[in-house]
Amino acid sequence: MAKLVKTKIEFEGHIREEEVVVEHDDLAVWAADSPMTHVGTPMPRVDGHARVTGSAEYTYDVRLPGMLWGAIKRSPHPHARVRRIDADHVRSLPGVVDVLTADECGGFSWYGNSALIDRTVRYHGDEVACVIAETEQAAIDAIDAITVDYEVLHHVVDIEAAAEPTAPQIHPDSSPGQNRTREPERYLRGDMNAGRRAAEVTLTARYRTPSAIHASFETHGSAARWESDELTVWDSTQNIFGVRSSLASTLGVPLAKVRVISRYMGGGFGSKNDLGKHTVLAALAARRTGRPVRIMLTREEEFLAAGHRPPVIVDVELGATRDGKLAFIRAHSITSPGAYGSGGFQVCGPFREYYACANVETVQEAVYTNTGPACAFRAPGYVEGTFALESAIDELAALLGMDPLALRIANYTDVNQPRGMRYSQKHLLESYRAGADAIDWDARRAPTARAAEPTQPAAATQPAPKLGTMVRGVGVATQGWGGGGAPPSYAIVRLNPDATFDVLTGTHDLGTGTKTVMTQIAAQELGVPMDRVRVTIGDTLTCPYSLLSAGSLTVPSVGPTVRAAAADARAQILDIAGSLLDTDAAQLSIAGGVISSTSSPDRCVTIEDVARKIGNYMVIGKGARGPNPSEVSVNTFGAQFVEVEVDTVTGAVRVLRVIAAHEFGRVINPLTLSSQIEGGVFQATGFAVMEERIMDRSTGRFVNANLSEYRLPTIADVPHVQSLFIGPPDEASNNTGAKGAGEPPIIPTAAAIANAVSDAIGVRIRELPLTRERVLRAIAAREGR
Amino acid sequence: MADHEETGIIGPGEVPVTLIVNGRRREVRVEPRTTLLDALRQKLDLTGTKRVCDSGACGACTVLLDGVAVYACMTLAVSCDERSVQTIEGLAHGESLHPIQQAFIDEDGYQCGFCTPGQIMAAKSLIGRTPEPTRQQIIEGMSGNLCRCGAYQKIIAAVERAARAQSNGSV
Repeated sequence: MAKLVKTKIEFEGHIREEEVVVEHDDLAVWAADSPMTHVGTPMPRVDGHARVTGSAEYTYDVRLPGMLWGAIKRSPHPHARVRRIDADHVRSLPGVVDVLTADECGGFSWYGNSALIDRTVRYHGDEVACVIAETEQAAIDAIDAITVDYEVLHHVVDIEAAAEPTAPQIHPDSSPGQNRTREPERYLRGDMNAGRRAAEVTLTARYRTPSAIHASFETHGSAARWESDELTVWDSTQNIFGVRSSLASTLGVPLAKVRVISRYMGGGFGSKNDLGKHTVLAALAARRTGRPVRIMLTREEEFLAAGHRPPVIVDVELGATRDGKLAFIRAHSITSPGAYGSGGFQVCGPFREYYACANVETVQEAVYTNTGPACAFRAPGYVEGTFALESAIDELAALLGMDPLALRIANYTDVNQPRGMRYSQKHLLESYRAGADAIDWDARRAPTARAAEPTQPAAATQPAPKLGTMVRGVGVATQGWGGGGAPPSYAIVRLNPDATFDVLTGTHDLGTGTKTVMTQIAAQELGVPMDRVRVTIGDTLTCPYSLLSAGSLTVPSVGPTVRAAAADARAQILDIAGSLLDTDAAQLSIAGGVISSTSSPDRCVTIEDVARKIGNYMVIGKGARGPNPSEVSVNTFGAQFVEVEVDTVTGAVRVLRVIAAHEFGRVINPLTLSSQIEGGVFQATGFAVMEERIMDRSTGRFVNANLSEYRLPTIADVPHVQSLFIGPPDEASNNTGAKGAGEPPIIPTAAAIANAVSDAIGVRIRELPLTRERVLRAIAAREGR
Repeated sequence: MADHEETGIIGPGEVPVTLIVNGRRREVRVEPRTTLLDALRQKLDLTGTKRVCDSGACGACTVLLDGVAVYACMTLAVSCDERSVQTIEGLAHGESLHPIQQAFIDEDGYQCGFCTPGQIMAAKSLIGRTPEPTRQQIIEGMSGNLCRCGAYQKIIAAVERAARAQSNGSV
């Protein structure tokens, strides 16, 4: 029975209460000691064969009869007005079928204050025109042949300059001034003046993190086909239903006439949460030409225009009493959404949540810059905020003469302070203990093991002793995040006449292993081998609604939904078996595909028998995600411990190993979970030591927009990761007891690396990435050179 | 045309090229500027080989040319005339997977899978050259293949497992 209830939903640090229609989910959570056959077992991926043979069809591989290829002309200028586009001669080039400019794309607003193709370009890479041709090469040749007359405007690409009153204004009509995207977002609890009076030791510091690029290996792109008035779009997206609704409203087409498919995708990391311009252009061009159209971004476009983690500056003030209790926390962050959007990333979330503190004030600001549009990137805001907070905690520990881990433990809290409620469970102290044991923390970082280190070169009155060539250090950082999942999500489980099952749910597999995890859950609940279950995802036509796959939502939202649908199918099968066996269905259970009576085990029938008997009459099980608990907050916590080696001659930082101790409730698949953890740690390793978008201030151009000059970590650059799964199933979370693990692993790594580097070289670097130049400068300053 | 034959200049229009792809002769017509990668994907619909960087930086398009691993995005199709090209589609024997493919499944040596065909072809080349690679040789041999999802730790395990399987003669 469906009913309207209020439920709290946490998404990427934003908490909101929504009224949602939920159906009863009265399944008891799998108890911690429930016997499990599939869930909890390391399972190779169910779609592994397709992935290793090249037969998996990504959006990038879609080929449709008569398909045309599109390419997008982009601005070389960071800020300009388009006076004139000379595209007419391009229309007659061989192979060119259509050209779209602002003239052909009128009436489509974008980002609230711009257009699908605007007549003002606001970043290097902004869209100017689109060519549709018989071949990819013909389309690329044609965009090169288009000439554009620009009136170049003043630009600004860095945050601090953009906030100056004299800076060029990027949206003079819609910005509250000084390029602000909106009024600053303020949070206050307690009494900051009282906190300042109580503080005996204070730290003030400014931390900076760079812009990083998602660099999904499959670029953004779509193929669009109209059959009469029905549109089918293959899209590399984490949000098929979101793309469907945005696309339908943009084009003025009913939802029922739009189908969005995303079966395999080559990564997303948050950059594929929304409808892209390329998708609308492909759909418009397909309608204009009457042929299918494919537009996939090039690698350069993916860098320029497909999103990034924005640069962040955080000013931090921490105050503590001598015994190491936090008296107040203040953080003021400023970031940029680029040229468009709001930049509402929760950079200060960690400051509000991680530690027990009565007096906390945070301010979050964002300013427009002439750079590409930012978007969510795996734990948006929290990676940046955690770097600032967890660096500051280490610096405060040094001022207090305390062990950094002991300071963290001294300020532990069981309460979600912004929400004013307890956590459903929190095993952070166990994560600290397990990680500390694994890296032998006490021997390496105990206060007696070393003298209090200088935290700033200026503070050192004597030049420090010269370091050896290769020095090692260890560091720790804390992770907090949501991960509790949310309604609504739906699933259908159908029994086929050969006793196989179809599971349908409109979720996505970014590379996380969703299909495998859902197969395990369905097979577990149905009591059948996994090879009897086929999971279909990523299709708005065949699958019921599911949330976007972001914010670590998928497993804790869709997992319990699939289980509920399987339980419904199972109950129906048992009812039928009860009739066949002339016994009460309540006495029946399924194991290994055999249905038997608990009271008289000799009375049994296989699922095959039931399926054969009913033939083409279908058992259709239906499941829905229930509401979140209202009395407790479901979150994930963990800690990572890192060992680094620094070459003091070259400045090279080598991350040797990472102990990742996290609590995710029940582990459905230890194999794919450890892959998630390793992947998060490796991406964060890149963020910490090498990745950085470089904008040239004078030209306003993104100068390293390729995989040669924007450096990603290689197999030779990454540490060894040891994953520790902490804690029992979270029985308050949902009927599986599992929580989301997509983002937590990337959150603490960069901070832990920076803390380890500081431990190694005896001086603090407050800006990422920890390039050789920064490391050498820091060492030189420390040694008074 | 005669001048061209004398000087060796071809194009700029399409020219015929014969590629021996996964053991079969395939004739394609390509512009001289066409890469082997585009010839495979666009002319032969062999979409298992992926384009990621298109500039020789990531290894996603790795194929074997006369048995040697090359970046197909950095190789002109016209330079492959009458040469043998092995792609990911040619690795399995019928329905039975190559041991390297099986090892990538067993060890979870991938996440999104987009770089996987290139990783597997690079691993094949590595194991061909060095049948029992050490961990360091695996890291060196696979360091030309980027993986953004970060499957590296399990790629090392997969290559170790595949090398073991092959040296045990289970091929």
